Amino acid sequence: MSDLLLPPEQRFADVIKRRENEDGSELSILNLGPTHPATHGIFQNILLMDGERILDGEGTVGYIHRAFEKIAENRPFYQITPLTDRMNYCSSPINNMGWWMTVEKALNIEIPKRVQYMRVIVMELARIADHIICNSVLGVDTGALTGFLYVFQYREKIYEIYEEICGARLTTNMGRIGGFERDWTPLVFEKIELLLKEFPPIWTEFENLLTRNRIFMDRTINVGPISAEKAISYGFTGPNLRAAGIDYDVRIMTPYSSYEDFEFDIPVGQSGDTYDRFCVRNAEVWESLKIIRQAIDKMPEGPFHADVPDYYLPPKEDVYHNMEALIYHFKIVMGEVPVPVTEVYHAVEGGNGELGFYLTTDGSRTPYRLHFRRPCFIYYQAFNDMVQGQMLSDAIATLSSLNVIAGELDA
Amino acid sequence: METAIIIEKSIFIFTIFAITMLAAMYSTWAERKVAAWLQDRVGPNRAGTFGLLQPLADGLKLFSKEEFLPNTPNKFLFVVGPAVSMSVALMTSAVIPWGDRLIIGGREVILQATDVDVAILYVFGVLSIGVYGIMIGGWASNNKFSLMSAMRAASQMISYEIAMGLSLIALLMMEGSLSLADISASQAGMNWNVFYQPLGFIIFLVCSFAETNRTPFDLAECEAELIGGYHTEYSSMRMGFYLFAEYASMFISSTILAVLYFGGYNYPGMEWAIENWGVNPANIIGIIVLFTKICAFIFFFMWVRWTIPRFRYDQLMRLGWQGLIPLAIANVVITGLVMVRHEIAAALGF
Repeated sequence: MSDLLLPPEQRFADVIKRRENEDGSELSILNLGPTHPATHGIFQNILLMDGERILDGEGTVGYIHRAFEKIAENRPFYQITPLTDRMNYCSSPINNMGWWMTVEKALNIEIPKRVQYMRVIVMELARIADHIICNSVLGVDTGALTGFLYVFQYREKIYEIYEEICGARLTTNMGRIGGFERDWTPLVFEKIELLLKEFPPIWTEFENLLTRNRIFMDRTINVGPISAEKAISYGFTGPNLRAAGIDYDVRIMTPYSSYEDFEFDIPVGQSGDTYDRFCVRNAEVWESLKIIRQAIDKMPEGPFHADVPDYYLPPKEDVYHNMEALIYHFKIVMGEVPVPVTEVYHAVEGGNGELGFYLTTDGSRTPYRLHFRRPCFIYYQAFNDMVQGQMLSDAIATLSSLNVIAGELDA
Repeated sequence: METAIIIEKSIFIFTIFAITMLAAMYSTWAERKVAAWLQDRVGPNRAGTFGLLQPLADGLKLFSKEEFLPNTPNKFLFVVGPAVSMSVALMTSAVIPWGDRLIIGGREVILQATDVDVAILYVFGVLSIGVYGIMIGGWASNNKFSLMSAMRAASQMISYEIAMGLSLIALLMMEGSLSLADISASQAGMNWNVFYQPLGFIIFLVCSFAETNRTPFDLAECEAELIGGYHTEYSSMRMGFYLFAEYASMFISSTILAVLYFGGYNYPGMEWAIENWGVNPANIIGIIVLFTKICAFIFFFMWVRWTIPRFRYDQLMRLGWQGLIPLAIANVVITGLVMVRHEIAAALGF
């Protein structure tokens, strides 16, 4: 493959010519995207097709690149969370929490146990929501719409929990540096309990619908496989790497937010194909439910935020009646709180892989440089490698099970 | 006498046409309701009670939308495509025996537009034209996705027609007639063919799914890969015709399944009903029974669609050529052996 700037006909011209001379076959070029229903979001795959079979392909990124990393360089730290919301919008709370933890690491803030447990619950809820979408959309892309709409209402229930915690649903912008903006109301716990009670039978039903379905198995087994070595060399993480048989999970390797307190398993697959990715995600939902259960049961009493007046907004009544609080309030809202010179990397286990934040500060009010390690961007690099020699339908299933989300791909 | 027949048939043809259209229209409504029910939703409920006016609203919307014509060198074919699909879907209903007979004003009215001797061949012939609508539309759209869908549809239809025809041969060997009226009449009582030809029925059922392009065989319009398949470029009522044709052919397929394998208008105790209640009530019940069977099959089509995923192109071909066709041939052989079992026994000296 030559220059990316060439039009597709010229880019693949050599291959097309060679095949025509060899056996007279006519190859065609298919633009799968940028506005194709299977590219959940916007990105373009230029595929060289021999009938229904994919010979070669090229992915084009950048259709919704919003320059988040550059924008972040001009924003005070607390204003960067809304940017993280818009990366993997299927599990924004994980992105939010990851960002807060990065900033807290840079500032060396000790976080109360209660906040850590609350964060674990929120992140696991987000993981469930993310996996619900990914797995049920794999069903849609293979032709079974019912599972999707059936489990979708439980994502709705999870969104209601977010709503109760922070007031927002999709782009949550949840929390603060040091904790949460307010303590959780009893309703939050009620809703989580209800979810823990109602969701498992529904998820079992969903698994029964697809996991042993002959057509679904035929459609996904050995489709878009990737070997463990290749997956590692591409930089795969998360469920997609675990499906290839590597038990790497950030929650275990470098525990954050007290993940070491909880008992849970890391499901792994064997062949790294679409079916294994589906099964790993299914199993992870059960593990997440287990973690939430434990976190609720062990939830300690205590403050819902760390005692960091420099970074955590004071209560509103203090702002009106207390000069120190007013000064803090003003400085925080105006983003005039400097962060010491430091360089940190913090990673969380995102909905679809290791979501890393690499932060360099120069002692000013904004990051000097911020890099998001976005798993989707990495998965998409391997996509062409994974679908070569497969059918068009396989490419769709593979793309779907890699869970490439355009917002995170382009940032 | 001649005029009487012409008037009678005209009225009947008009009624059948109206019923087929109505059934297709309300199949779209039923599809949404069934899907909603299976997916734990409400479904259409704004237009009329239970959303019963939804198909009318849809039709009105489709008619009033802009007719978009893509930049294609085959504008004529682009217009012809949906028309072929639609007319073919409506033509099949001519040979279906909707009931046995009614006596109106002393005249015996046969509840069939025409009783052709080769009704089954006619049905097959017309159904195979159906793929031309898709082929023409897909080709004329000048769109790679549409063309791919047209190719898929054509190869799928051709492959599954063979298995379908072979599964029917076993049935015809038993029946000894190609007329749908004879086949219906021979299944009086509970002598339904499905009990004698279970394997043939299953093959025929699977092939019906393929012929009507329904999930799990809806490769021609799988929205995840080919956007809308052959009707990607279509808009307004032209697209409506394609969708409508799909529902009409689903209705016809259900009818054929009911007539060939589930006894048509026959129901247990029909003889008794004719004797005790008279010809008309008994046959009206027969019509209702036939429509109940049709509705059951339509529901089955929808149930399957909203439950299982679709095949991949090569898997579909493998199932057709390596699964269904050998099975259908085996079915023919088994049926033949069973039919001549006495002769074989005699020849072997039992």
